[in-house]
Amino acid sequence: MSDEQQVRAQVRAWLEANWDKNATLVGWRNQLADSGWGVPHWPEQWYGRGLPVALNTAIEEEFAAVGAVGVAKVGIRMLAAATLLEHGSDDHKKRFLRRILTGEDNWCQLFSEPGSGSDLAGATTRADFDGERWVVNGQKVWTTSAHHAEWGLVLARTDWDLPKHQGLSFFVIDMHQAGIEVQPLRQMNGHASFNQVFFTDATIAPENLLGKPGDGWKIAMTTLAHERRGADALRRWGRDSGLAGPIYDEERAEIATVIEPYKWYPQRAGRVDLAMPRASDTGRIQDPALRQDLARLLMLSQAAEWTAQRARAAQEQGKPQGPEGSLGKLASSRVARAASLVHTGISGADSMLSGADSPLDGVIAEILVSVPATSIAGGTDEIQRNIISERVLGMEREPRMDGGPFRDVPKNAGRSR
Amino acid sequence: MQFILTDEQTQFRDAVQRFLRDKSPTTEVRRLMETEEGFDRQVWEQMCGDLGLAGIHIPEAYGGLGFGMVELGIVMEEMGQALYCSPYFASAVLAANVILLGADERHRELLLPGIAAGTRIATLAVTEPDGRWDEGGITLTARPAADGFTLDGTKKFVLDGCIANTVIVAARLAAGGIALLLVDGDAEGLTRRSLNTLDDTRKLAELNFSGVQATLLGPPTEASAALARGGDLSTIALANEMVGGAQALLDSAVDYAQMRMQFGRLIGSFQSIKHKCAEMLLDVELAKSAAYYAAEAAAEDDPELPALASLSKALASEVYMATAAECIQIHGGIGFTWDQDTHLWFKRAKSSEVFLGDANFHRERYIQCLEATA
Ligand SMILES: Cc1cc2nc3c(=O)[nH]c(=O)nc-3n(C[C@H](O)[C@H](O)[C@H](O)COP(=O)(O)OP(=O)(O)OC[C@H]3O[C@@H](n4cnc5c(N)ncnc54)[C@H](O)[C@@H]3O)c2cc1C
Repeated sequence: MSDEQQVRAQVRAWLEANWDKNATLVGWRNQLADSGWGVPHWPEQWYGRGLPVALNTAIEEEFAAVGAVGVAKVGIRMLAAATLLEHGSDDHKKRFLRRILTGEDNWCQLFSEPGSGSDLAGATTRADFDGERWVVNGQKVWTTSAHHAEWGLVLARTDWDLPKHQGLSFFVIDMHQAGIEVQPLRQMNGHASFNQVFFTDATIAPENLLGKPGDGWKIAMTTLAHERRGADALRRWGRDSGLAGPIYDEERAEIATVIEPYKWYPQRAGRVDLAMPRASDTGRIQDPALRQDLARLLMLSQAAEWTAQRARAAQEQGKPQGPEGSLGKLASSRVARAASLVHTGISGADSMLSGADSPLDGVIAEILVSVPATSIAGGTDEIQRNIISERVLGMEREPRMDGGPFRDVPKNAGRSR
Repeated sequence: MQFILTDEQTQFRDAVQRFLRDKSPTTEVRRLMETEEGFDRQVWEQMCGDLGLAGIHIPEAYGGLGFGMVELGIVMEEMGQALYCSPYFASAVLAANVILLGADERHRELLLPGIAAGTRIATLAVTEPDGRWDEGGITLTARPAADGFTLDGTKKFVLDGCIANTVIVAARLAAGGIALLLVDGDAEGLTRRSLNTLDDTRKLAELNFSGVQATLLGPPTEASAALARGGDLSTIALANEMVGGAQALLDSAVDYAQMRMQFGRLIGSFQSIKHKCAEMLLDVELAKSAAYYAAEAAAEDDPELPALASLSKALASEVYMATAAECIQIHGGIGFTWDQDTHLWFKRAKSSEVFLGDANFHRERYIQCLEATA
């Protein structure tokens, strides 16, 4: 039997013995955490089974086959978990990981600021130690999930005299406190999944520092690498199981509240899955020019998927996790734009409409106005190209103007609107 | 799908690479492209004899090594990277594939051992002056004669058609349908003209048939399927060759950008150059993924072979050509000279872009495949 068949048989047997659709959502997910089947690619001592990532798909298929609900694993929570697994102390892992998997805690990533987005290391939100705890002041922006997060990953400056990459530290911050104000921001697609976050003497307990003071940049790179790699997983966001039973109702309620602001996420990836069926249903597939664009899109999307598989296969052979996530992220921007073009071609004049007047009850319009996020969120295409050229191809770095003590580095004037 | 080479396959790739690096430097490519034959017989004999590459995917029963499409893909990719000049693609790929699929046992035994050994150079003649790559373009006629058939008509864009001693001809039967026929390179009534090619590393010929004697290669009932499937396999092999060439161009562009100074800095430190290279890498990686996937699928007899062949070729066509154009751009003026090597790959990119069907053709074919399975 191959590894895959063996693992499939194991999951199937475990599910047969344990899956109970009358369990509570949190109760069931705790059971998953204990069994290691919720996140089989995590280490055995931390809720996983130490299995290769490549087997996840097979395992998820076995779950789907019996309608078993999985752990809460979409969104920023998984970036937090990956960061904690790599850089957190045992105490951090004990305190945070389980509740990430059960869905009890939501997380957000407090990196971007009005003055520093691509140039994350230019963060000016400050954390000062007052002898007992860290005191935080400043502003973050574009913070996805901040409005319902229990915890945040925050990158803050703790030393202004060191060069900019060295003066940053990485904390876990309790989002439910008086010193934090969260204001939702409305996006061009009408949704509000990101926010601006103001810190006024917000506090962080000393044990919530990850690594040492000054490790902030290194740790943030871990978070970002995982974010880029996850770029192609966006398509599966918040799909309803369509099944009946109390645990599914609970899951639906979770989707409705927690995932509601993100229900446009699959659309931002372009919804390639809709292209061929829509082209056939509308009859536009007869148009030779559209056929060309459609083929271009489907081929690109297929090749992008294979490229991600190749990168994973290489990793499993022991090659280090490298900047290949940037290639995947760049590919997903291409796919999203190509999809937008094809959907416009298929919908014709209907592309001018939105909401209930737009095809598929607004989904098509939502694709057209959500795709631009793909090439910005998680690091812009330009930044990915910098990373690829410098770290994969080994090309020259650009001359920089931001050396020396951070205090003296040129910065954006004031706060942007 | 694995996307992982075994240790043996990796060693095999290294061996092929070493051989080609040694035997096919661009000085040799330049020497050979000026000759009429277009290849070096001694190197060819070594390649077929010592390494057995011409029989890599031919079963052992017919004198080959008995490996599959993945190994053939490896050979093709390395040959594309090195721009190796020889009748390999005509004989070991185009002709051998069709013989394996469409010839009767007697002809397989007659032809394949020589092809594998490199002593017989075969080619496949399908395309005619109208340049169509599919069966519909075949008008050359085969009429029954005393012992076999008589062929009349013209084939064009025949790869290595002037040096081949065996020509497999796709012809239309008077009774309807097509047949694959075997013709000797020096048969009476066959006139061969070497075409002036844009890409001198790949020789093309026009073949005129006037009452040429031919024998059936195999049963005409199987000709159409053999031609189609053989064409798909060869298209996938070509896509693998093309991604090897594209990689060579990307490497050359990055190396030059890391060496050339302007405005007091390396041009490789300018973002417009770096970003171009990043896009080229993404292009090449996407095209490689498709070519590798298709080769593995072919080795495993995937029913979606036609769609995968078209997918891999459409991407390879676009990517190879785009990479070639950008590579010249990054080299600046020197990139436009005869002495600098980039144009050798640029021209191969152009000829490969259209050979066996261009990207538009394969995109259309891909959609047709999807419609047929929907
Ligand atoms: C939907 C969405 C969700 C997001 N969620 C989060 C979140 O949860 N947490 C979080 O911290 N952030 C989040 N972001 C922020 C995102 O990471 C930033 O917007 C992004 O990194 C770009 O930063 P910026 O907006 O400051 O643009 P800027 O950095 O000002 O960039 C403006 C333009 O300049 C270009 N540019 C900048 N530097 C360079 C360079 N060196 N070379 C070439 N071009 C350059 C950029 O590519 C871009 O085109 C989110 C953004 C979006 C759209």
